[in-house]
Amino acid sequence: MSAVVDTKEIDTKKILTDPLVNNNPITLQVLGICSALAVTSQMSTSLIMAVALTAVTACSSAAISTIRNHIPGSIRIIVQMTIIASLVIVVDQVLKAFVYDISKQLSVFVGLIITNCIVMGRAEAYAMKNPPMASFIDGLGNGAGYSLILIIVAFFRELFGSGKLLGIEIFPLTKDGGWYDPNGLMLLPPSAFFIIGLLIWVFRQWKPEQLEEPDFKIMDISHGEGGHH
Amino acid sequence: MNEYVSLFIKAVFVENLALAFFLGMCTFLAVSKKISTAIGLGVAVMVVQVITVPVNNLVYHTLLKEDALSWLGITGVDLSFLVLLSCIGMIAALVQILEMILDKFFPALFHALGVFLPLITVNCAILGGSLFMIERDYDFTQSVVYGVGSGFGWMLAITVMAGVREKLKYSDIPKGLEGLGITFISAGLMSLGFMAFSGIQL
Repeated sequence: MSAVVDTKEIDTKKILTDPLVNNNPITLQVLGICSALAVTSQMSTSLIMAVALTAVTACSSAAISTIRNHIPGSIRIIVQMTIIASLVIVVDQVLKAFVYDISKQLSVFVGLIITNCIVMGRAEAYAMKNPPMASFIDGLGNGAGYSLILIIVAFFRELFGSGKLLGIEIFPLTKDGGWYDPNGLMLLPPSAFFIIGLLIWVFRQWKPEQLEEPDFKIMDISHGEGGHH
Repeated sequence: MNEYVSLFIKAVFVENLALAFFLGMCTFLAVSKKISTAIGLGVAVMVVQVITVPVNNLVYHTLLKEDALSWLGITGVDLSFLVLLSCIGMIAALVQILEMILDKFFPALFHALGVFLPLITVNCAILGGSLFMIERDYDFTQSVVYGVGSGFGWMLAITVMAGVREKLKYSDIPKGLEGLGITFISAGLMSLGFMAFSGIQL
């Protein structure tokens, strides 16, 4: 399922924009879904998460790519893990220092950037074979693709779930004398699944080459080979 | 005893790692096409979870927690910022050791679980389990119960999901939803089902 970006020459714009829609890490490569679902009930947490993940992916890709020729194949996963984990610790400490409230709300999900498949996936699939600058840009691009989905999902969940965006009231709620009755389902976990599912539908209608072949086709008997006469 | 039963039920149903916290989603969606492989992966996750959560608990309480090094005569040292690095290192090492032990002593089991073990190092359900254990400050016995419960809950979720998907492939789905899209929607419906447990208090 994961389409490999094969660019012999470094085409910065393509590396940067490809992961946005054409090769989006969430909707096409199926990477990094856990946190995409879990932190999106508010815009503010998802923005912070998006920035944190983009920074980690870009820096880890660059770092791994710099030493890619010195990593022995058999222990590369451990080496990658150590680099990624150290970067995540830095991000975690920075978040705790400057935005403590949001860091508390994100709870374990900052730590889980370590096992976010986008970071590992890009390290394995791209950074191990390409020079540092290109890997850095690839990391930024994939981080941006992830952020895009995160922000779209969070937009719908926060707007319809609590009538707010980034904590600012957009739809006045009925309980405060307004007209909007919030949809509680949007704040619960299942809604994230539904929104991403529908988002994939939209993406695939728009870009038909992303469609998946069904495992079984329903045969049209009247035109089938063994059809009746 | 009652407390542990309650913790177990909570870990399996109410706070199901896959369906309430979305942990291990990537493997959950990628390896749930067939029931037999799903059960294999589920068992592997459960085994690793049962081992890693208590071990990480020991490491945290004897080495990393604030003043945890007092048994060495060192006080005032707080290494808890190293939790992430030590947890993931511990998990990677334990999975590696488990793989070797299975290969040496239980070849049949190794062949059944072997392909899934490397995947498990980067499965966020495992790391997530350990991090939740630390965040909620479980003691050793609680961490064993939580490890068993959360691993079992994940296995349950992926097996049910595989069952749904095995039936789903015969249905006529709109083109754009085919594959990943409909999988997300059905996972959402399952998650909705599991929400029914959320009021349970034991």
